[in-house]
Amino acid sequence: MRLRQNNLLMLRKLTVVALGMFAFGYALIPIYKHICEMTGINILALGEKELPGSGNARLSKADNSQVDTSRTITVEFDANARGPWQFKPMQSSVQVHPGQLMSVMYEFQNVQDRSMSAQAIPSYAPSEASAHFNKMECFCFNQYTLAPGEKKQWPVVFVIDPKLSKSVNTITLSYTFFEVGSKTPAAPGSKVSAVSVSGEGV
Amino acid sequence: MSAVLDPHGHGAADHGHDDHHGAPHGWRRWVYATNHKDIGTLYLLFAFTMFIIGGVLALLIRAELFQPGLQLVNPELFNQFTTMHGLIMVFGAIMPAFVGFANWMIPLQIGASDMAFARMNNFSFWLMIPAALMLAGSFFMPGGAPATGWTIYAPLTLQMGPSMDASILALHLLGASSIMGSINIIVTILNMRAPGMTLMKMPMFVWTWLITAYLLIAVMPVLAGAITMVLTDRHFGTTFFNPAGGGDPVMFQHIFWFFGHPEVYIMILPAFGIISQIVPAFSRKRLFGYASMVYATSSIAILSFIVWAHHMYTTGMPVTGQLFFMYATMLISVPTGVKVFNWIATMWKGSMSFETPMLFAVGFIFVFTMGGFTGLILSMAPIDLQLQDGYYVVAHFHYVLVAGSLFTMFAGYYYWSPKWTGVMYNETRGKIHFWWTLISFNVTFFPMHFLGLAGMPRRYADYPMQFADFNAWASFGAFAFGFAQVYFFFFIVLPTMRGQGEKAAQRPWEAAEGLEWEVPSPAPFHTFENPPKLNADANRIVA
Repeated sequence: MRLRQNNLLMLRKLTVVALGMFAFGYALIPIYKHICEMTGINILALGEKELPGSGNARLSKADNSQVDTSRTITVEFDANARGPWQFKPMQSSVQVHPGQLMSVMYEFQNVQDRSMSAQAIPSYAPSEASAHFNKMECFCFNQYTLAPGEKKQWPVVFVIDPKLSKSVNTITLSYTFFEVGSKTPAAPGSKVSAVSVSGEGV
Repeated sequence: MSAVLDPHGHGAADHGHDDHHGAPHGWRRWVYATNHKDIGTLYLLFAFTMFIIGGVLALLIRAELFQPGLQLVNPELFNQFTTMHGLIMVFGAIMPAFVGFANWMIPLQIGASDMAFARMNNFSFWLMIPAALMLAGSFFMPGGAPATGWTIYAPLTLQMGPSMDASILALHLLGASSIMGSINIIVTILNMRAPGMTLMKMPMFVWTWLITAYLLIAVMPVLAGAITMVLTDRHFGTTFFNPAGGGDPVMFQHIFWFFGHPEVYIMILPAFGIISQIVPAFSRKRLFGYASMVYATSSIAILSFIVWAHHMYTTGMPVTGQLFFMYATMLISVPTGVKVFNWIATMWKGSMSFETPMLFAVGFIFVFTMGGFTGLILSMAPIDLQLQDGYYVVAHFHYVLVAGSLFTMFAGYYYWSPKWTGVMYNETRGKIHFWWTLISFNVTFFPMHFLGLAGMPRRYADYPMQFADFNAWASFGAFAFGFAQVYFFFFIVLPTMRGQGEKAAQRPWEAAEGLEWEVPSPAPFHTFENPPKLNADANRIVA
């Protein structure tokens, strides 16, 4: 009975294949995990890949952009206090490459004898720069309440988009600080372009 | 089936030796059945029974969807209907029916006396009965039948009532049955062919079943693994699919569809085989491109393992993954196209006649190709995101499963039933059955394309007013389709089983080729007990 033996031999082989495939079903779980780890295909946002564990997608996205070292932009900082308080940048200007992450500090002091709530509104000159001036972090995103005489330092973290027009070499970032809920005093001397305080890019 | 019902009455004089040790009589003959023809008959009757049960569930679904609003059943019961309709049709009707065809025809076509493991064959069949009872009985368990959809996605399956356990056990039994059946088929084909029947001379039906059987062995155990994980998640504290314990529900979909996509080819490849036998017979030509058919079938089988995630575009897959599975899926249309063009080229300038088997075969090519095209559309990730889980998908897979698998089984029944029963079916009734089935099928499922494009989701018991007309059409067509199959059983199958009708010749189709036509009609209880001597083409016996 050669045929019978051959049949039984093949039955055994195929049974082993079937059992092996049952085990393979379980093996799929670690296999999937390792393939995804090795190839990185299961990382949905590019930002996560750059900064693993970073919850801040906006920050990581900007970090990923190419730094264009062939260009240097001068960023000038301006501050306007519309009322009896002090507000000024810690540096008057910085040199920055497009795509490079930069951080500067502004200082604010409430010199009155009452607490106040205030918020800053940014504006840009030239105005075409505003679309390419990405602020990652800015005190202008929030309102702040300050006790009488309280002094604070706040950062602005920004990156300039490399798509910024080549004709722009200097950008002026100007903040105007308004008290929230109070009447806005008239602009002293109106040297700041108050009309451009549109809140765009806040 | 008269040959089967009375094995001693039909032994022609020259085949008397075949009957000298006949079958046991009465119930023992069926319960202890080891004859491939008896087991084939059992499989086919079982599959038809399950087809009717699944069909009744489908009609309950369509009755509820006839009008907007809830008329007949509540949504929970509706979801049980859709789930059980899918499970019963896939695992209870289509797969066993093709195994029935394989049992009947493969030994006859390769000149073998029987299947390699006759008792295991019996066991494979009888495992299905408790499985079917458990599946159908789950309606009467606390909480009703599973209502998860036939894809039994975790984590929903983790929350189902005890009927889920019954269904898992039933699927295990059906899977074990399929694996044993497949091993049997592979061993039979590879070891028991008549001398001279080389692999590349085998009939296409045998080829497609050989490949299907390998697919079954490769993926049914993976399904068994997946549902075992569900079972242990439910009762034994594992957390394969439970995020609370570090598991991942999407992982279930990956494992399920690793089984599920080859599974859809398991349900269509034997159909391709049947068509590849019938089209040449009624075109009176050899099959065009036999070798390319074999290679195309193998390519489809291999590709089926790398396309599973096209069922999962909306799970939050990375774009890289979507692109890979999209291109791989589109690639499958190449070997499938090879097959369709080969069938058309076979018919080209053939001396064609349109008896019922050929009608169903040509109907299959026409309607299946439409289903193939909607599949190509669905393979595109951006479009699939819109159509996922909608009626367009329902229309697509019914076009390839009903018009694909079911139509070919009808074609195969009409083609081979003269050999099984010894009598010809009634040709007029066959044609009525064909046209009734084809038209009602399209009335049922064609409007579903529009419903899906308009945004109707599947697996809901209710729908907004704007979908009312197309749903009414679909329900109307579904009932017509259902009655066509009742007509088929009572006016075509039953008479031939009782031996009523014109006596069938040994070769009832003049150009039909293959060893099955070398034995008398009806096929005697024992055939090819001694290996036959074959001609060079291995399709005739030389004396």
